[in-house]
Parts: sequence; structure tokens; C-alpha cells
Amino acid sequence: MSIINLTPQQRSSQAAFRRFASEKIAPHACRFDSEERVPLELVRDLAAQGYLGSLLKGEWGGLGLDMMTYGVLTEEVGRACSSVRSLLTVHDMVARAVAKWGTQRQRETWLPRLARGELTAALAVSEPNVGSDARGVETTAARGPRSYVLNGRKKWITFGQLAGLFLVLARCEGKPTAFLVERDRPGLTVRPIAGMLGVRASMLAELEFDGCEVPRENLIGREGFGLSSVVATALCLGRYSVACGCVGIAQASLDASVKYAGGRRQFGVYLSEHQLIRQMLTEMVVNVRAARLLCQQAGRLLEANDPKGIMETFIAKYFSSRAATEAASAAVQIHGANGCSGDYPVQRYLRDAKIMEIIEGSNQIQQITIADCVFQEQAWEAAALNAA
Amino acid sequence: MKENKAKIRNFLSGLFRSQEWADDTNIFERGFVDSLAAIQLVLFVEQAFDISVGDEDLDLVNFSSVDAISELVGRKAYCAAAA
Repeated sequence: MSIINLTPQQRSSQAAFRRFASEKIAPHACRFDSEERVPLELVRDLAAQGYLGSLLKGEWGGLGLDMMTYGVLTEEVGRACSSVRSLLTVHDMVARAVAKWGTQRQRETWLPRLARGELTAALAVSEPNVGSDARGVETTAARGPRSYVLNGRKKWITFGQLAGLFLVLARCEGKPTAFLVERDRPGLTVRPIAGMLGVRASMLAELEFDGCEVPRENLIGREGFGLSSVVATALCLGRYSVACGCVGIAQASLDASVKYAGGRRQFGVYLSEHQLIRQMLTEMVVNVRAARLLCQQAGRLLEANDPKGIMETFIAKYFSSRAATEAASAAVQIHGANGCSGDYPVQRYLRDAKIMEIIEGSNQIQQITIADCVFQEQAWEAAALNAA
Repeated sequence: MKENKAKIRNFLSGLFRSQEWADDTNIFERGFVDSLAAIQLVLFVEQAFDISVGDEDLDLVNFSSVDAISELVGRKAYCAAAA
């Protein structure tokens, strides 16, 4: 429990998010996990709450949440179910990119529909041969007089099974370029992917573009700016959203562990009396709070449109994903055999947390990038001193 | 204008960790800009000069040097004031 840095309005929103997540998501999350799907009824409930347009401005029908409140939303949903949180993440990433880089016509066409949850959106960047190095996408877009023709394959597309709209990164004249592609475009085939380790209800899909023709007005941003502007904007939000979701996983792991340790007796005393259990709980508490603070710091900078927010988000995501995995692992350990069974959610937390160390930039990519941050800060400080 | 250029120069020095900038140095030709730097640059321009960069501004020429960024900022500020 931490209410540091939240305004009364944000606290009130937090209470509403928590109530929704506790009633509509958490009790069913294990079923979503085993069925490997999020039911449409829940998607409709999310839409009815406005959660599918949380960041979009009121003019588009969104809630217009600030970044801090958005972080609270993704933490609370992530605490209940990482798959549902993933739906919000990918949908918001596309909506954010359209709001920032779309033409007025694209905004008018898509943002109200995305905000209403009339359809969901997914980001299509990863490919069978392309993960962290998005510059190397192999999907091509051939420019014609009035359209582009897409060919290639996308893989591991979160909520690709459900999405009605894809933001696709392709190579046009050798340059990374982004397109909005409707699901029903001829030449686009969507195939479900099942049996993943974690976030199993995130309805992954593989997309195949086989001569898929999209009109020129579906180009978003300019040719060559697909990665550096459009997808970069989406990914920055995605990292923040995932980081906050990781705080949710870590908090859920802590909550479950405290409850279990306070109710199970071994050697004549409750687990909570055993020092080594208390040590694990302490590590979890400290890491949850530190991760939340890093997310809040990133959220404040992103809200202020501060370029430093990009690096702070890397830091928050790196720390939070590790904290989530460590907390979930400790939670399974505290639960013993029970924790390895489907009777308790902690095994799901652990499986989900592991995925968080891989998506939206693997932890190794974060390690490389965060080191850059140190040198950048140093150079900015030197420049400021020289200017003074 | 002079003040804007100093701000831009300082930001680019940190971003690319180099103090050796002429105002017409082309940052793309020097191979400094990756996708992360590009989005940081956009955010900097928006925050530092209180303007909004949009789809219509996505042209490498606009971000290629201290001079070019300064011109973009001046143009956007003029358009905003005229609107």
C-alpha cells in the first residue's frame, strides 16, 4: 500500500480501478489463463468504463487521464491479470500513435471508435526473424500510385486474435514505415498462437501479409519515420504501461504471500513468524515500493513531455520487471507445493512476470540503453555548466 | 534565435555526447541518430519551445542541424502566433 504522490482525484480513480479489477477481472483471471482468452464480455465492460480510451482526450471520446493516473490504472489491472493489462497496453499504444502522428482524417476515423471499444487495436512490429532490432523488419511495403502492397509475416502480436486494427511496421523503399491495416483487408491472414509460458490469455497471433493492398491514406507518419516517430511513440507508452503492470504483479505476489504466511502453520507457528519468510516478504515490500516510485517518476516526466521521461521509463521498466519476477518467484517459494498448483494464482504471476522481462525491450536491451542514460546526463550537465 | 540555438546545441551535446557542434553540422550524416534519439529530439523540441510537432513536420531536413531545428521552431512559433 502506497499512496505517495497521488492527488485526491488520483486516489479516487485508484479506488474505482481497484473495485473494477477486483470484481470483474481477478476472480476470473485463472480461467482466462487456462482458456487462453479474454472473453468479449469483459472487453465490453472495459469499454463501458472508458478504459479503452483512457489516455485519449475528451474530444475523441476518451477519459483524458494524465500519465500518473494511467499508471495507476495499469497497475491495478495488472495486479488482477497481466493479460487484460496487455490488452489495454497494446490498444493504448496504437491509439497514442494515431493521436500523435495520424492525419486529422485518421484521428477522426479511428480514435472515437478505439475510445468506444468498437474495435481493439494491436501493434505489429515483431517478426519471425526480428525482435529487439526493429530496424531490421523484413515485411515490405511496395508503393503504387494510390496504394501500398504489404508482404511478409508478423509474429507474437499481442491480442492479434481480437484486434480490428493493426499498426504495422514495414520496409518501404528500404526505410521503416508505419501503416494502419484493418483486419478485414484482403491478403491479411490472422493465425492464433497458443501454448505460451505466460500472459496466456493475451490472444497472440501471427499475421501473414500476402499482397495485402492498403490505400495511401493508411500510411501513418511519413515514409522512413515509422520506427523513429510512430512506433517509438507507441513503444515508449508500452514500456511505461508494462512497468506499471509489473508493479501490479509484484503487489499481487506480496498480497498473496502475506495472506498465505499469516494463515499457514509449520513447526507450531505461522509461516510469518519464520525469519527467512520474513526476509522474503521484506524484499518484496521494498522492491514493490521502489518500483512504484520509479514508475511514478517516469509518469511525471512523460506527462510533462520531458525527453528524460524516455530513459526514466527504461529504468522503471527494467527495475519493475525484475521486481515482479523476484516477487512472484518468492511468492511461489512461500506457498511451497500449493504455489506450484493451479489452486493458487502465484504460479500464474511467476509465468506472467517472466514474459515482462522480455517484452517491450528485453532486460538486456534495457541494460545497454540505461548505460547510455548515464553518459547523456553527464554531457547535459557539462553543457549546462558551460552555458552558465 | 541565438538563445534557441544555444538550447538546441546543449541538448544535442548531451544526446550525442559530443561538444563539437557547428550549427550547420548535419546530425544524420554524422550517423548519430537512432530511433531513440529521434523521439527524444522530438520531445525536446516540443517541451523546450512549447510547440507541437506533427505528421506534417516529419522531414529529416527539419531536424538535421542546430540551424534547421531553430528554423523549424521559429516557423512553428510564427504559425501558432498567426493562428
